[in-house]
Amino acid sequence: MAIQNTTCPVCEASVEIPEGTVESEVLTCADCSTQLVVDSISAEGVQVSEAPAVEEDWGE
Amino acid sequence: MITIGLLHSTIRGDEKLIIAAARSRSVDLILIDIREQIFSRDCWNHRIDVALERSVSTVKGMYAVDFMESIGIPVVNSSAVGRICQDKFLTSLVLKERGVATLDFGMVFSLEQAEELITQLGGYPVVLKPPTGSWGRLLAKINDRDALEALIDHKQILGSPDHKALYLQEYIAKKGRDIRAFVINGETIAAIYRDSAHWITNTARGGKSSNCPVTPELSKLCKKASDAIGGGILAMDVVETDDGLKIIEVNHTMEFKNSEKPTGVSISGAIVDYCIKELGIRN
Repeated sequence: MAIQNTTCPVCEASVEIPEGTVESEVLTCADCSTQLVVDSISAEGVQVSEAPAVEEDWGE
Repeated sequence: MITIGLLHSTIRGDEKLIIAAARSRSVDLILIDIREQIFSRDCWNHRIDVALERSVSTVKGMYAVDFMESIGIPVVNSSAVGRICQDKFLTSLVLKERGVATLDFGMVFSLEQAEELITQLGGYPVVLKPPTGSWGRLLAKINDRDALEALIDHKQILGSPDHKALYLQEYIAKKGRDIRAFVINGETIAAIYRDSAHWITNTARGGKSSNCPVTPELSKLCKKASDAIGGGILAMDVVETDDGLKIIEVNHTMEFKNSEKPTGVSISGAIVDYCIKELGIRN
């Protein structure tokens, strides 16, 4: 269930923010498939930005 | 109530499962984004009983763990376990030393030594891996001397100092799959097959997962490997060979979100339970 929507900073499509979403969570824009990261969640809304590119030391 | 500090960077599906598992157990779990912290004794003000390290960045995660341990907070996994697992050469050395069945390997720094090592490993093909790194990145199957020469030449010119350390491992034809075993303090709680027509079977590279029965042979091998590494929460990559099961490598911040469904095991729940148990042991 989506609690609210925000706008994809890449394609400007509406992105559903599911219930239980937390800050720093990675989401995928359903329209352009860009990976987004949740920067902040507040009464004013949800801010997202493009997720950082994979770095060399990322992973298990 | 016990408070677990989840040390994280980006929150993946794996961390969401851990958060849900903690909630269902009435465990207090606080999210600590390590990218926003100042790891200094004068600045640190979180009150947690145990830390669970889940950073997607190995380097940042290790420093966070070092700091936690320095102020007396138990961490899952410990820095000692993390240091072994983050380096494939160290992992291989520890496993060999403790008599755990694993693939043959060696470390060299030049073409001449690489050729000699490959002869010792039984000839081509061999696998060249960065000693640190994950998700199947920068792995190379070297089929002949020409490829070896080209790869080493590229690494010498383009790579950071780490890339000039050449970790070579024997190549095993995988019969289309390998095994990822989830091991918590020596107990193999679940395992998946990773099926792929490609020689790299990581799910991050498209390998398909399905349930793998936890056989006595797999349990015994993983227990021995866990004891060698130092316990904790580990994911072990295992290959089926003509001589039985062998460990390929061991991971200390395992990803499991796509493995709970095929195995029917709550890996996230087992992780939270282990954190609680570990705290009890230390107290």
